[in-house]
Amino acid sequence: MKYAFFPGCVSRGACPELFVSTVEVCSVLGIELDYESMKGASCTGSGILQEKNQKLGDTLNARNFALAEKSGNPLLTICSTCQGVMSQANKRMKENPEYLKEINQSLAEEGLEYSGNSEPKHLLWAIIEDIGIDKLKSLVKHPLKGLKFAPFYGCYIVRPSTALDFSGHPERETSLETIIEAVGAEVTDFTGKNLCCGFPILMINESNSVNMVAKHTDEAKNNGADAMVTPCPLCHLNLDGYQPQASKAAGHTIGLPILHLPQMLGLSLGIDPKTLKLNRHIISSEKILSLLFVRP
Amino acid sequence: MEASREGILMNVNLKVKRFDPSDASKNTWWQEYQIDIHQDSTVLDALIHIREYEDTSLALRCACRASICGSCGMKVNGSAKLVCKTRVIEIAPDSEQIIVEPMGNHPVIKDLVVSLDTFFNQIKRVKPYLQPDHIPQTGEYIASNESMENLLTAMNCIMCGCCVSDCTVLEVDDNFIGPAALAKAWRFVDDPRDSQRIDRLKELNDEDGGFWDCTRCMQCVEVCPKGVAPMERIMELREMALDNGLNNTYGAKHASAVSNHIEHSGRIDEFRLPLESKGIFNIKEIIKLMLPGLRFAFKKRAPSPLHFKNPNQKFVKQLFKKVEK
Repeated sequence: MKYAFFPGCVSRGACPELFVSTVEVCSVLGIELDYESMKGASCTGSGILQEKNQKLGDTLNARNFALAEKSGNPLLTICSTCQGVMSQANKRMKENPEYLKEINQSLAEEGLEYSGNSEPKHLLWAIIEDIGIDKLKSLVKHPLKGLKFAPFYGCYIVRPSTALDFSGHPERETSLETIIEAVGAEVTDFTGKNLCCGFPILMINESNSVNMVAKHTDEAKNNGADAMVTPCPLCHLNLDGYQPQASKAAGHTIGLPILHLPQMLGLSLGIDPKTLKLNRHIISSEKILSLLFVRP
Repeated sequence: MEASREGILMNVNLKVKRFDPSDASKNTWWQEYQIDIHQDSTVLDALIHIREYEDTSLALRCACRASICGSCGMKVNGSAKLVCKTRVIEIAPDSEQIIVEPMGNHPVIKDLVVSLDTFFNQIKRVKPYLQPDHIPQTGEYIASNESMENLLTAMNCIMCGCCVSDCTVLEVDDNFIGPAALAKAWRFVDDPRDSQRIDRLKELNDEDGGFWDCTRCMQCVEVCPKGVAPMERIMELREMALDNGLNNTYGAKHASAVSNHIEHSGRIDEFRLPLESKGIFNIKEIIKLMLPGLRFAFKKRAPSPLHFKNPNQKFVKQLFKKVEK
């Protein structure tokens, strides 16, 4: 299966380990990533540009969709925030042909046109919907037996459910749990799994943001999780990068490793933890690796 | 309730969070109920059935049973809902257990009944009444149909408190003014008859717990039973603040920086974003950024100051020029 690959800003910035582990995992899963066609794509606006000018944000997304359409392959992302922003923009354009027409007029100069038929897809959904859980299970070389993973979705891949087509794809609601189980690990349920990590207000109200990290990581750990797994690099930046501050706010060391989705997949597919760059995290993954009897 | 005993019955399995203020321990506990009621019943019908026939000690609040009065907000399976609008067969078609709790972020009085004092105090903070600069000598104060239609989304609010219940910011900060009050504020900021529009905007822009504290998590949009979509109203307040030159907050600086980066390179420049959000001469805050920055650098994750530029950036830049508001 070939996709027009949209990696997003963060996997090429502060989370390089996400980009590398995605490439490794996709090659094992038989997913071909066409990066070339999307080289000229821009940021989705991350929901922030939309605060200033929603139509401009939608136009940038239409441009990215048009680039993917030109390549002839469906668009694949590895970021919950990108997925959500793209889905919301797509919904507005699909529901309003006049609006799409106006947007296409702006794209004409570059020779691009968006048909309104793109369905951007996160790797999390693509594995279940396009690759298949059975195929994933058949490729698992090193089942993550005995490890308990708490799923952390990121707001934009769960809300608003209407933009994310949960009624057409009810399996999306529990997609992360499905994959955790498929790789042989155990799911640790907790109430924070589809709540906000706090990242969007990190630069605005750090104390609230850090308290959210503390709340979620603490709850997951108290419920028995060995690690947390997320399909959102922005959540990772906060849950991993600001966990030391969260520990300080909580008054005790939390120490919960946070893995990107492809890193968890990669471990089960037998990819070396070093190749998956697990050693790049702020919170060490050493403990879960020793539980798996492998060392970074 | 007799009517619900007729017709096709279904088994309903409820797990209800209980709290009794007269109990000295002040502990909450879970209680399970199994009942048979009509398959068209709502969760509210089920709870009333329990109170009438199974357990008279169960406290709940309700009135209209038609999602108009906003009295019966509760958490069902983890998210806030009007229970009169929630049909049992839709959420538990095979008699799966339904978990009912009082709303979050509101103090619990007894069982499923919460105090709405905090909620109404938040609403009062935004002065929820029209402040016109004059009263017409004769006749009504006429506003255009368009301007009133524009306000309909926010005017649909029935003050049930569901958005406040599930607000992720209020869970960690009770000083946040909350989604319901901000949607109410937007209703007056965008009303052409109001004379205090800019002052209202300024107050919510400047104050601690104002509209920049929202995380944009969309919980309020998802749970609002009346389509008010408070977060979208909050986004509009932010947009109006920026349009009116209110650029003095971290939130405004953050939004401007992101927009500038995309305009100039097509991508967010993660090296400059924190610095520009805080203000490059804001020494105290810049020093605070250094510790997490060094942690990232130590793990070879610090974004490079040499920012990569989109190869087709001229087209992205053109779109910024073309797509005027």
